[in-house]
Amino acid sequence: MSWEYLVNHSPALIIIVPLLAAFGTPLIGRFSRKAMYIWIIASLTLTEIIAIIILHTVYISGKPMVYVMGANPYNMAVPPDSGGIPIRIIFTVDAFSSFMAFVASTVALAGGIYSISCEAQQSAQEKYYALLLLMLVGMLGMVLTGDLFNFFVFLEINSLASAALVSYRIDKGLAVEAAFKYAIISSIGALAFLFGIGILYGEYDALNMAMIASRMKFTDLDKIVMALFTVTLGMKAGAIPMHYWVPDGYGKAPGAISAMLVTASQASLYGLFRVSFTVFGLAANTATLGWFIIMLGVLSMFVGVTMALIQHDIKRLMAYHAISQTGYMLLGVGVGLATLGTAAFNQYGLAAMEGGIFHIINHAMYKGLLFLTAGAVIYRVGTSDLNKMGGLAHTMKYTTIFFMIGALSIAGIPPFNGFASKLLIYESVYQFNPVLSILAMIVSILTLASFVKVFHSAFMGPKIHDVKEVPKSMLIGMAILTFFIILFGLFPNIALNYLVAPAAKALANPLGYIARVLGGGA
Amino acid sequence: MNPLGNFTTPSGFWNPILWLLVFLILLLLAYLIWKRGEESYKRGTMQTDPFLSGYGPESKEAIHVRAGNIYWGFTRALKGYYSFLRKIHTGIINDYVGWYIGILALMLLLYLLWGGS
Repeated sequence: MSWEYLVNHSPALIIIVPLLAAFGTPLIGRFSRKAMYIWIIASLTLTEIIAIIILHTVYISGKPMVYVMGANPYNMAVPPDSGGIPIRIIFTVDAFSSFMAFVASTVALAGGIYSISCEAQQSAQEKYYALLLLMLVGMLGMVLTGDLFNFFVFLEINSLASAALVSYRIDKGLAVEAAFKYAIISSIGALAFLFGIGILYGEYDALNMAMIASRMKFTDLDKIVMALFTVTLGMKAGAIPMHYWVPDGYGKAPGAISAMLVTASQASLYGLFRVSFTVFGLAANTATLGWFIIMLGVLSMFVGVTMALIQHDIKRLMAYHAISQTGYMLLGVGVGLATLGTAAFNQYGLAAMEGGIFHIINHAMYKGLLFLTAGAVIYRVGTSDLNKMGGLAHTMKYTTIFFMIGALSIAGIPPFNGFASKLLIYESVYQFNPVLSILAMIVSILTLASFVKVFHSAFMGPKIHDVKEVPKSMLIGMAILTFFIILFGLFPNIALNYLVAPAAKALANPLGYIARVLGGGA
Repeated sequence: MNPLGNFTTPSGFWNPILWLLVFLILLLLAYLIWKRGEESYKRGTMQTDPFLSGYGPESKEAIHVRAGNIYWGFTRALKGYYSFLRKIHTGIINDYVGWYIGILALMLLLYLLWGGS
């Protein structure tokens, strides 16, 4: 297989590798557990490498990659006899898609390595890893596809695998209840999303996002679709006041799955931004849409952090913080959308979007790390109740350091990565509306206060539990995410120039996206 | 692109390496000041026990402030706000769906009125 062949087919390979690995896992697991672990880590590493190849290819070419399943050549989006309509399943991978694929595969790799020790005593591990890989397939498909129905299919794969994994520990039925709630709300949301797709298909005879965007007339029916899409994806991303499933689901899932649920929510956030900019961006009143996203963001930031402050379950507390941090992303990208097409976009709108998108990768890394540290604490102490913890820093030194790095990062303390993205958001949003920016800073202070509480309750004080440090594979999982936190904190220009700025520009350029697909893809 | 260069923001710049250097210098200064401190201090002796008006100190386990008690004043001051938040977090799936449908209806109305042409 030549390098060029690998690069050309990388959008398909990044789905095929974890998908085949998912179906192969139960088979290999029947023969040898060790072989199964090697199989899983190899497939997750290969997925990560393909994600980096896609990222590099899109960055170098400066335009979206188009990959058509079953077409010859692979990028023939509009065959000569199709009447100008893109047919088949088409993956449209721009800088924002490749950015999201990198985020999802990195956290999945860290989560997979972490799980080897963390879940070693659990039964039905083959099913756990198969579902973990399917969850990754769902996320990757959501962020890479250029087709709305295909997006729905991957959304469902992601939701079903996630719900099953939330219930994995059972936990006297509590985890099963959390998974049940998540499955119900996800199914209702998915049905609403499918209804919206049906309306668009009836109107425009197309499922391809670029095709629909090019034909968009923005009738009253389209406004109904816009509400169905944005509210459903907002709910899936965990935005307040549709967030209720988040503390249940994140709180009861195993540590690595909680970290992956963060990126799963971000895949829905990607969907929200993609439909807002690419599908409706050219026809809709982006100011209304932008303000809707901003209001969701502000509510999520404030209510999320204040709810986190009163929690005494470490995972639920972190889940509320995940909601709060999603608010920053919604705020940043919402400001970009509200100013799209105006002079203000170039002044500060694009910077706000960059801040929001930068916060996606930062949040995935530090929140992922924090969930892994919470999982490590629960693994050793056996409870998630902070009231029953204390003094863990005496013996769990590495976990304590990882927790401190994650906590300082989420609170936006320099020089960690959370500070860089928050700084971009504060400054740009201040120019849009100072009140929103001040509110974002207050939320950061409350975030710090909340994590001081966790640090004091779990790690400080006299030694209550006679426990030792977690096994090496769990530490390696945490170290992978810590590496990116420090890298993007000390060298934010690397993330901004290679990952974030191209992603923001790609998202803000729906015409480039449409032209690439409808121009034939070559 | 210089990875060590300034991180430009809409109103200025940020340089984490410079910040780290300043932080390390301050850390060194703090260490030097600490080194000049009281040399007769001995950890783990009576010198380090808190003075409680002649009473003996309680055990460390007994005085460790638990998570449920931290920020008690803050939550007390915002009692009304928190009682509202607690009330809407019922944990009942019907309510979860209700909120989703409610927001969907609200957004439908907003988009139909101001969604664009």
